[in-house]
Amino acid sequence: MSVKEYAAPGAVPPKPTAQAAAPPDTRLTIRPARRARRIPRLPRAVRRAIGPVGLLVAWYLGSVTGVLPENVLASPVDVVRQAIELTSSGELPRAIAASGRRAATGFVIGAAIALALSLTAGLFRLGEDVVDASMGMFRAIPWVGLIPLFIVWFGIDETPKIALVALGVTYPLYFNIYGGIRSADSQLVEAARMLGLGRIALIRYVILPSALPGALVGLRYALSTAWLALVFGEQINADAGIGYLMSNAEQYFRTDVIVLCLAVYAILGLLCDFVVRLLSKRLLSWRASFDGDGA
Amino acid sequence: MSSDASSASSGDKSETSSVDIRGLSRTFDGRTVIDDLDLTIAKGEFVALLGHSGCGKSTLLRILAGLDDEISGEVIVPARRSAAFQSPRLMPWLRVWRNVVLGLPGRANRDRALATRYLAEVGIEERAGVWPKTLSGGEAQRVSLARALVREPELLLLDEPFGALDALTRVNAQRLVGELWQRHGCSILLVTHDVEEALLLADRVLVMDAGGIAHEVTVDLPRPRALGSPEFVSLRSRLLGWLGVHDASASETPLERISS
Ligand SMILES: Nc1ncnc2c1ncn2[C@@H]1O[C@H](COP(=O)(O)OP(=O)(O)OP(=O)(O)O)[C@@H](O)[C@H]1O
Ligand SMILES: [Mg+2]
Repeated sequence: MSVKEYAAPGAVPPKPTAQAAAPPDTRLTIRPARRARRIPRLPRAVRRAIGPVGLLVAWYLGSVTGVLPENVLASPVDVVRQAIELTSSGELPRAIAASGRRAATGFVIGAAIALALSLTAGLFRLGEDVVDASMGMFRAIPWVGLIPLFIVWFGIDETPKIALVALGVTYPLYFNIYGGIRSADSQLVEAARMLGLGRIALIRYVILPSALPGALVGLRYALSTAWLALVFGEQINADAGIGYLMSNAEQYFRTDVIVLCLAVYAILGLLCDFVVRLLSKRLLSWRASFDGDGA
Repeated sequence: MSSDASSASSGDKSETSSVDIRGLSRTFDGRTVIDDLDLTIAKGEFVALLGHSGCGKSTLLRILAGLDDEISGEVIVPARRSAAFQSPRLMPWLRVWRNVVLGLPGRANRDRALATRYLAEVGIEERAGVWPKTLSGGEAQRVSLARALVREPELLLLDEPFGALDALTRVNAQRLVGELWQRHGCSILLVTHDVEEALLLADRVLVMDAGGIAHEVTVDLPRPRALGSPEFVSLRSRLLGWLGVHDASASETPLERISS
């Protein structure tokens, strides 16, 4: 709605003023978004794959040219060969099953604890005072540092590993669910009360749905922590599982097996992340969210 | 909600009045926002409430809605009442129709046909199945109205429901509220900043100031009302005068005084 003045050609330029950062006759052209004109674009999945694939190629090239010696990092070809060998011998599937069982057990226990604690703290004032202060205090302890204590308490078999995973899962889930519950929009809560929702209905239709986005973020963190905790846990005298495979390989300097085990950890982690992302997409379809630019 | 209709002490009035407020006060941290306020709203009456920003209109509405009970004084309201606020306050995780029937007792809170019927009344039944985030501001506000109406309230509380709408949408929404009021016959208390809106819709216009009802005027104009009629214009300048704004022609008072 503003009236623009354009300097006539050859006119005396106006006196510079305080806001004269841009000359008064400068104009901008707003162009249509570039993506509209671009020639057929790569699908999103392909673009996303470029980085990882590029790194793999660099690794391979490093190995064949001898920049990366065998005893530092095995070549990807060796790793794949190991993967096939260990899979056909059944060793790798057995190890994955053993580790997976640990991670799953620990995760379920940790998630149950986190859920119970966060609901108690989020929904009841008394619970908040009792639980949240303690959780804040415990969080200051790095959970990895508890390994020696867990060994003392639980021995060196399965229990300390599962306990470590459970512990690693509990914190991110707890803090995210609790935060989510507490971030429930007071205006919506008020509207719900006005609509006659009772306490249970309020929790079900307002509080828990508003905690859901946070809970899902927590879930992603929790799953990645679960694998991390497993890696640490399996260093404790494992007799089965990926960690066992790895510590065996360590003794014989088999970098190919070590890399393979790391890759397996990574793939399992990615898989979990993928599942949670899928879940989020389904559960949060109501949410207007930022998708990233130029998607 | 200790203030519900059952506690009616003034039985003589309860047949004709919907809201009875006597000696209502509300204090926030030592600051009295509502001070010994009296107000009666008749059954089926449409009352508009004007007043400077911060004078306590929303506070009064929240008290009537039962959302704020740290009060002194006597407040009698119908048990069946509902409200729509300036922002639609829809639950983003429930489909539009679920929002409409949310909170209804029993199986009614899953009754899509019921929801659709009321959505049709506000003219957006075709949006029943979408997420609230996909609605425009005006559409969301109409859903919020449908949600208030589905409860068949005896008293409908509206807190600047058109405040965030553009001028055109606003005109339509005002007409809609007028129609809905005539169809449902409920009492309405409408908080607004818009003097013309108040005069177009209400039977009675109140001006709140200093914690009480400072002025009131009965609008005895036939409906539908025309903005230009001489009676309308004179009522408007009277209200503007009460609000501290003199008509533009003879203005000595800066206009900002009514701004929110
Ligand atoms: N929860 C609260 N705590 C403290 N003060 C409050 C609270 N709610 C309202 N107030 C105060 O009460 C006064 C009246 O507020 P209210 O929201 O009722 O104003 P209003 O008339 O609705 O104004 P507007 O027209 O801007 O919506 C304001 O000064 C506000 O600061
Ligand atoms: Mg207000």
